[in-house]
Amino acid sequence: MINATAHTYHAEPTEEALPSRGRVGMVCLIATEAALFSIFVVAYLFYIGKSLIGPYPAQVLEVPMLPTICLLASSATIMLAERALRQGYGVLFKGWWFLTMLLGVAFLYATAVEWYRLIFTHHLTISTNLFGTTFYSLVGFHAMHVTVGLMLLTLVLILSLCGYVTQAQSERVAALSLYWHFVDVVWIVVFLVVYVIGR
Amino acid sequence: MAFEYPLARPQAEAPRLPLLVQLHDWVVTVDHKRLGIMYVCTGLLFFAVAGLEASIMRWQLAFPNHNVVAPEVFNRLFTMHGTTMVFLVGMPLILGLANYLIPLMIGARDLAFPRLNAFGFWLSLFGGVLLYFSYLGGEGLSGAGTAPDVGWFAYAPLTERAFSRGHSTDYWILSLLVSGIGSVATSINIVTTVFCMRCKGMTLARMPLFVWMLLVVAGMILFAMPPLTAAQLMLLLDRYLGARFFDTQAGGSAVLWQHFFWIFGHPEVYILMLPGFAAVSEIIPVFSRKPMFGYAAMVGATLAIAFISMGVWAHHMFTVGMSAMANAFFTASTMLIAVPTGIKIFNWLATMYGGKIRFATPMLFCIGFLFQFLCAGLTGIMLAASPFDWQLSDSYFVVAHFHYVLIGGLLFTIFAAIHYWFPKATGKMLSETLGRWHFWLLVIGFNLTFGPQHIAGILGMPRRIYTYAPGRGWELWNLLSSVGVAFQALAVLFFVWNVIRALRQGPPAGDDPWDAWTLEWTTTSPPPEYNFETLPEVQSRRPLWDLKHPHDPDWHHE
Amino acid sequence: MNRPVYPTNIFDPVSTPAQAIIELSWLVLWICAGIFVIVVGLLTYILIRFRHRRADTDEPPQVYGSTQIELAWTVIPLLTVVVLFLVTTRTIRAVQSAVPPAEALQVTIVGHQWWWEIRYPALGIVTANEVHVPVSDRARPQPTFLRLESVDVAHSFWVPRLAGKTDVIPNRDNHMWIEPFEAGLYLGQCAEYCGTQHANMLLRIMVHSRGDFERWVAAQQQPPVRDLSVQAGRDLFQATACVNCHTVRETVANGTFGPDLSHLMSRATLGAGVVDNTLQNLQAWMKNPQHLKPGNLMPDMKLTPQELEHIVAYLATLK
Repeated sequence: MINATAHTYHAEPTEEALPSRGRVGMVCLIATEAALFSIFVVAYLFYIGKSLIGPYPAQVLEVPMLPTICLLASSATIMLAERALRQGYGVLFKGWWFLTMLLGVAFLYATAVEWYRLIFTHHLTISTNLFGTTFYSLVGFHAMHVTVGLMLLTLVLILSLCGYVTQAQSERVAALSLYWHFVDVVWIVVFLVVYVIGR
Repeated sequence: MAFEYPLARPQAEAPRLPLLVQLHDWVVTVDHKRLGIMYVCTGLLFFAVAGLEASIMRWQLAFPNHNVVAPEVFNRLFTMHGTTMVFLVGMPLILGLANYLIPLMIGARDLAFPRLNAFGFWLSLFGGVLLYFSYLGGEGLSGAGTAPDVGWFAYAPLTERAFSRGHSTDYWILSLLVSGIGSVATSINIVTTVFCMRCKGMTLARMPLFVWMLLVVAGMILFAMPPLTAAQLMLLLDRYLGARFFDTQAGGSAVLWQHFFWIFGHPEVYILMLPGFAAVSEIIPVFSRKPMFGYAAMVGATLAIAFISMGVWAHHMFTVGMSAMANAFFTASTMLIAVPTGIKIFNWLATMYGGKIRFATPMLFCIGFLFQFLCAGLTGIMLAASPFDWQLSDSYFVVAHFHYVLIGGLLFTIFAAIHYWFPKATGKMLSETLGRWHFWLLVIGFNLTFGPQHIAGILGMPRRIYTYAPGRGWELWNLLSSVGVAFQALAVLFFVWNVIRALRQGPPAGDDPWDAWTLEWTTTSPPPEYNFETLPEVQSRRPLWDLKHPHDPDWHHE
Repeated sequence: MNRPVYPTNIFDPVSTPAQAIIELSWLVLWICAGIFVIVVGLLTYILIRFRHRRADTDEPPQVYGSTQIELAWTVIPLLTVVVLFLVTTRTIRAVQSAVPPAEALQVTIVGHQWWWEIRYPALGIVTANEVHVPVSDRARPQPTFLRLESVDVAHSFWVPRLAGKTDVIPNRDNHMWIEPFEAGLYLGQCAEYCGTQHANMLLRIMVHSRGDFERWVAAQQQPPVRDLSVQAGRDLFQATACVNCHTVRETVANGTFGPDLSHLMSRATLGAGVVDNTLQNLQAWMKNPQHLKPGNLMPDMKLTPQELEHIVAYLATLK
């Protein structure tokens, strides 16, 4: 059995700073999810103006400024949380992290309110027409990702309160916050497609 | 200079554990080697099943108006055959090879996320079981046993509730969703492993071509799988929540499904084929006794194929009624992809040129691959010319083309890979004699089955028909095609016999039976669970060549 | 020449678009044949010349690559592809950009599971599974332009000797054209899997001389035969569920789910080509359509033997 080792040759070191596995793995996940969202976005764009019956977007959609601000702000707060953890400030980390979660919950609550209005006041459901189909699937898919993100954030908060999340874990937390930023970026795209272009 | 390496305790001396404990170890394993073997075994098992499905179909089609199975049964057979072969045979086989070999080739101890690896495998297996459960479990209006019957690409609106009653289509959707997640999980694992866990000295430019190509394949899966997943979710929403994605009565578009499916489907066939290229790129150099000719070009061609393959999908839709501009664009991109593929063939030929070719079984399969994949590529060019495709699309010509790619190409390379790496994985050598019987029977059977199908297609025979009337000139070609099945079945039996015989009484393989040059040949056969006692350090693309030829190592030339 | 004529051989075109396709196809085939000969020749030579000889134990010279050679085998295929592409584009344009001349015959093809509805909007004719068109001669070309619609799932209209196939997709209007220059019968069938009886969705295109075509049109435009001797059958037909699916012009039967039966006996086959249109087969079909074409969408009407006799007698008069 032979294990190759250099003897007369000095090996060129591979990049000593090989990226962390968690980060690369998360980037891959984000790439694949981005591809998934793209298809729903394409379907949305393709079906703009093709509904045979109403209600139509311009009639029923209201631009969700507040939820958008909440979600975008949550990206900022999660960045602050991440920085706090890396610098070792446990309490500050928990605070910003919790604020991120609150903003996420606020976003979901606003989505729920909007859907309630659309379904019960305007009678727009997923089976009403093409607009309903593409709207609920795209926005719903995004909301699902926010929900999953919130569940993971909650898990980290609980672990943190139990004392398991330390400065050494900051790479792992960074991977999760990458996911949260991704969810945010998707919202920007969804916002543009649904509330700006599609209306 | 001699080295004293400590010898590991030989495997034979390890105490034999009770069977139940052994099985348990396999079920809970996160070792990439065991998962790799399980993936490959899964693929081969489903291969036998799908092969049986095909055999029944070929028996039905051997004669006009032949009445072997009812039309509904035939339609289920071709759907299950296609779905199984692509998702439950092709994907597990390539992911299994990747799983087994990548850590060994890059000098790592395992993949980046071993538990995710196990998760991905069991999802794939479960997805397969779910698909086949449909034969038993689906209760549709048409009676018991409702496997999906919508074709492996399940065009809308045939798959909508109105035209596909019962749950057969749901089994198709759900089983592929589940195994698709498994594939994506493994791809994330592969990409992370290759970027983060290469041994010292192994820059990206020094990785074996096998690793390069599987890295690209994993990346392709990350981008190509989601369109299918998304389309299937949309179909599920249509079927269960009344969504209108593909409901043509509500203004939905049947063509949209086709676009989404083929945006997945075309890269998918390159995903299946590239690992075959990867294996061949390892095997041909070793059996020609020369390094791969044009390593950089091979990497570049692989990247080009991956990139271009995301832009050719609508060549499956030339007959859908797209504009002349769209048809021209996809003709151009499809013909373009022939260039990097051709480059690879030339590079393989150039590797063999000036070498000293040994015709061991792995090499025989590689040579068969070269002939047959060439045919596949050329019929591909014919199909790329969209007007020609307006005649040939959806006919047996296309069936012949893609079987030349997937059997003549992929399957032959899989057999080459199995013959090449079986000694490493098991410590036993396969029999060359049985291997030759396997090879020649398969060559005869495969070409006899699929060669005549080109002609049947040219004579106007469409695909997916459960029977045909006499008088079209199709009888002879169908009969020949069906006769070939017997040879193929026999070939597979020889393979199975070869494997069983080798496992029981094959001669010991030793670490490096083929006198090869990459890192996996530095370990014992089979490798210990931890792969390497000390992680290796490399200075070139062929670390073992450097060790065996210290006066002319590769790093002088690279 | 005593060459057997295969009825659906794409290499035996009798219509302008099919002809254009085959001309391109021959070029592509020759180029591919050339590539095949070169590569296979090379491979064979290599396998023989460079096989390992038993006594030889040295490794051969290790060659890592050659920029010039690699450039050559990149550029040459690229040029070949460019040439092929340009030639192909010409054919695409020739076939797809054709504009129907004023004298073109317009036919609408409607795909159903598992039969073809054929409509001649300008002539007021509706029939099934058989398309009758006039032959086109070079002096006075009269192509036929087909509009393709579907009421259910995706189908594909393929008559190899007349044109390439075009898919028939619900909620999408596709068009194609044929320009046959030889009279005769041309066969085809559905080429997109559409369910259980996809295999038995056959097409018959009858290309007539001008005169014969006019005669056919006139016959089809006649109201359905009103033979008094089959009154019993006619009454039975109009009183039962038949009228929900079938049309017989100038009667109460105006269903559109199934084929128009006004001139049923003028057609050569039943069930979209699954059996010939004979009295015996008509009887078998009416007895239980599921026996002849299992899974098709006409249910067993559960007729008594007497009802069967009457209805078949009636249908047999619809020439």
